[in-house]
Amino acid sequence: MYKVKVYITLKNGVLDPQGKAVKGALHSMDFPEVEDVRIGKYMELLISESDQLEEKIDEMCDKLLANPVIEDYTYEVEEVVAQ
Amino acid sequence: MKFAVVVFPGSNCDADMLHAIKDELGEEVEYVSHRTSTLTDYDGILLPGGFSYGDYLRSGAIARFSPVMKAVTEAAAAGKPVLGVCNGFQILLETNLLPGAMKQNDRLKFICQNVTLHVENSETMFTSLYEEGEQIDIPVAHMEGNYECDEATLQQLQQNNQIVFRYTEDINGSKERIAGIVNEQGNVLGMMPHPERAVDSLVGSVDGLRLFKSILLNWREKHVVTS
Repeated sequence: MYKVKVYITLKNGVLDPQGKAVKGALHSMDFPEVEDVRIGKYMELLISESDQLEEKIDEMCDKLLANPVIEDYTYEVEEVVAQ
Repeated sequence: MKFAVVVFPGSNCDADMLHAIKDELGEEVEYVSHRTSTLTDYDGILLPGGFSYGDYLRSGAIARFSPVMKAVTEAAAAGKPVLGVCNGFQILLETNLLPGAMKQNDRLKFICQNVTLHVENSETMFTSLYEEGEQIDIPVAHMEGNYECDEATLQQLQQNNQIVFRYTEDINGSKERIAGIVNEQGNVLGMMPHPERAVDSLVGSVDGLRLFKSILLNWREKHVVTS
């Protein structure tokens, strides 16, 4: 069994309204050192033994989990013991 | 002319769309399930607003994989008019029938108000009864209507005259104040404002009705032989 941790973020250059609002809040809380905030999504997929696992994860991300027009994704694959 | 209003789980502007066609335009119209796999019986396809599949993950991302979207893609390829409003527009973007993507409104608020649109292109099958440059009042109601695309796409939209409506004021952060675009062939229109909510003077505006009349006029010119 594999645990796949998928991180989805807005592409560089795409303005992030949510990140901007949170950055403003951190500044008003007196954390002026915060230069930028980008907000994304985190997903965990539990996947059984499978051939070509990485190709399949790429396909899931490209087709559904991320929108390639505005989002990038990265992921980590971790082997776990089935419960 | 026979229209289909595609109903997804979570659609909520389907009744308004049906009302606009049946009662105001006076044409045939039916609800069609998202499970339908063919739309060959219909002359025009309407994707209404709402929250298809609860907008879980992203607006329109899950609806894109409904069986009906293959049929919508075929109808679009056959040159039939396809109109996606609000969530329908988001679904067309996710399906790649139109270029670009939607982000949350830049002030992170749900916007529900009447807005003034500038008609940028009155030569499409959806806008021929408007004047070029005319200002029309159509309501919006959305959380994710902040249109985003890369520079190459924007240039292509501008060069091909695919930007059909712009907001006269920046309400949501949309690139170039884009409110509605057509595909290159001109038969697929996506727009965030709701023309189906502006077809009766009782609710403040009838500026949306000419959009549906334009579709009908265009279809009659092609399909009805006049002596």
